[in-house]
Amino acid sequence: MAEMSYADGILEGFRYLLATYPKCFTIGQGLWSPWYVGTTMKDLDKEFGKERVIDTPVSELATTGAAIGASLHGYRPIVIHPRMDFMLLASDPIVNQAAKWRHMLGGAVSPAVTIRSIINRGGEQGAQHSQALHAWYAHIPGLRVVMPATPADARDLLISATLCDDPVIYIDDRWCYEWTDDVGPIEEQPLEVQGPRVLRQGEDVTIAAAGYSTRLALDAAEALAASGLSAEVIDVRVLNPFDPEPIVRSVEKTGRFAAIDGGWSTCGFSAELLATVAEKVAPQKLKAPSVRITLPDAPAPTSKALEDVYYPDDRLIAERLRALAA
Amino acid sequence: MELRTTLGTLADPHSPVEPLELRNLPASRLTEDLRTMVRIRQAEAAVGDMVESGEAKCPCHLGIGQEAVAVGICGALTARDRLYGGHRAHSQYIALGGDLTAMFAEILGKQTGASKGMGGSMHLYAPETGFHGSVPIVAGTVPVAVGAALAAKMDGSDIVAVPVFGDGACEEGGVHEALNMASIMKLPVVFVVENNLYSSHLDINLRQPFDSVARFAQAHGIESEVVDGNDVVATRLAMDRLVARARAGEGPGFLEAVTYRWRGHVGHREDIDVGVRRSSDEVAAWRARDPIRRLVDALISRKDMSEGEFNAMTTHVQGEVDSAVEAARQADYPPVKALIDMVYAHAAGGR
Repeated sequence: MAEMSYADGILEGFRYLLATYPKCFTIGQGLWSPWYVGTTMKDLDKEFGKERVIDTPVSELATTGAAIGASLHGYRPIVIHPRMDFMLLASDPIVNQAAKWRHMLGGAVSPAVTIRSIINRGGEQGAQHSQALHAWYAHIPGLRVVMPATPADARDLLISATLCDDPVIYIDDRWCYEWTDDVGPIEEQPLEVQGPRVLRQGEDVTIAAAGYSTRLALDAAEALAASGLSAEVIDVRVLNPFDPEPIVRSVEKTGRFAAIDGGWSTCGFSAELLATVAEKVAPQKLKAPSVRITLPDAPAPTSKALEDVYYPDDRLIAERLRALAA
Repeated sequence: MELRTTLGTLADPHSPVEPLELRNLPASRLTEDLRTMVRIRQAEAAVGDMVESGEAKCPCHLGIGQEAVAVGICGALTARDRLYGGHRAHSQYIALGGDLTAMFAEILGKQTGASKGMGGSMHLYAPETGFHGSVPIVAGTVPVAVGAALAAKMDGSDIVAVPVFGDGACEEGGVHEALNMASIMKLPVVFVVENNLYSSHLDINLRQPFDSVARFAQAHGIESEVVDGNDVVATRLAMDRLVARARAGEGPGFLEAVTYRWRGHVGHREDIDVGVRRSSDEVAAWRARDPIRRLVDALISRKDMSEGEFNAMTTHVQGEVDSAVEAARQADYPPVKALIDMVYAHAAGGR
């Protein structure tokens, strides 16, 4: 085991893939000046060459479509969208092409592309530099969607995603980059056997989250413990195809459920989590109505005064969870 | 470099039609090209009949009148090359040698179809022929084909990728991104535009300031040619030149083939009410520039073929089409489990 940051986990994932798989390449804007993506791709172009670490014109649509095309002919491309907001320009290749080709062409086609999308918010960046749109992509059959929360997953889910025969949206979060953890050696795991994981055991309330929100959930669990309440934290990890069973089992035990999500409430991923509990947990096992903690249904503001209330903070989360557990 | 803006007589159906120049090409090859054009036309006519009778329900976009483009460009390709089509792709599928029964079965939603009955007319797939898929999102396959060319280049192969799209697709931003990217990365891709002067609904003169779309290739520094797309020989020779350059690593090409569809955007009708300029007279004038008849006339005048031989060919091809339709009718529908099993590489919801 060695201590590794989340950002280094991503970098290690790239280095492993590029060193191990000659058919793997990465393509996107800013890859020859990778401050675009923090330190997560530092010097990859120097180590693996500009033919496999490809910087592109300012063309999200064509870059993503081209990566899909290359994946149809034996390659394992990883497309980089340094901000999720700009990835909307590539919606057609992602939603209409990558997600659909296998099914609509009879099952023999593998758009084995990985699309890395970064949530990069805060710092008064505003409405078009802040979005967390994981729920949109998780809505689409044919896409796999993963959100690593830990340094180990930052590395290992990138590897699983790239080796998967299906298109995968891999979403990391700049607010996670500094986190460190003890991480073991790389073991390749098929993505299709990955799913939600219990990160902390508890008895009184179940909290489910993905990506950065998982860290908020762990912090909240810690705060609740100080009040004598025991929270179970489930890191969703894989948003689509979504396996509800670990959440169902947990809520059957605790009787209380909260979802924390970095997206909006309406039709957001938190809605899917609450629907799971509503559909699959018998009402007599529930001790309280479920709770979701999300962004307010408004675009991200720039003004500091508004930004401070836009993103849910530890105090607010702990307050709402204490009310739920009471 | 002067910007090419106007198609001139190429877009004017009332300009005199010159006899096709056969350029000393052998009769055997031209006869095969003719047979393929006839096969496309009769297969598409059969699809039109199936739409009219209600037997075929999926949206079917017929390219009757445009056969010379598909046959001309596909003649320049091998089964190792990578062609991607749009919504009007039956002709390229057949020109590359796609199985007729599998095409009809696909249109009828049968499991013996080209896409196992999962795609219908707009989603054909026959990679063993070089036909790597068609989709109806306008310009959707253009960046994908650029990626297929990137893979070919990374492999160090001489394979060429060919997206086929229309004049309407040239108004989509993705085409311009793809042209720029192919040019700056010097990729082995030949963009083929079937300029039939209409998008789904509107005359090109009401959509663009100029009617020739090859200007977009010029703007991106891409070698381009503009041909009479109802002339199979001219189309083939231009495609040969552009494909040879791309294979040799000299970068992308762009072929604008000017043609006209006799039927409406979708379905079996002529739809003369669609588009401001498209009148019965215009359709009739274009029918007089029939790419098949022009080739037959040239072959007859060079004494390579007789009218009787052409009629025999037509009858023979009709037999192929009829038996393919019948075989497709007899095939089974896909099993219900295909609905979920084909979403991911690993069945049962992917978990």
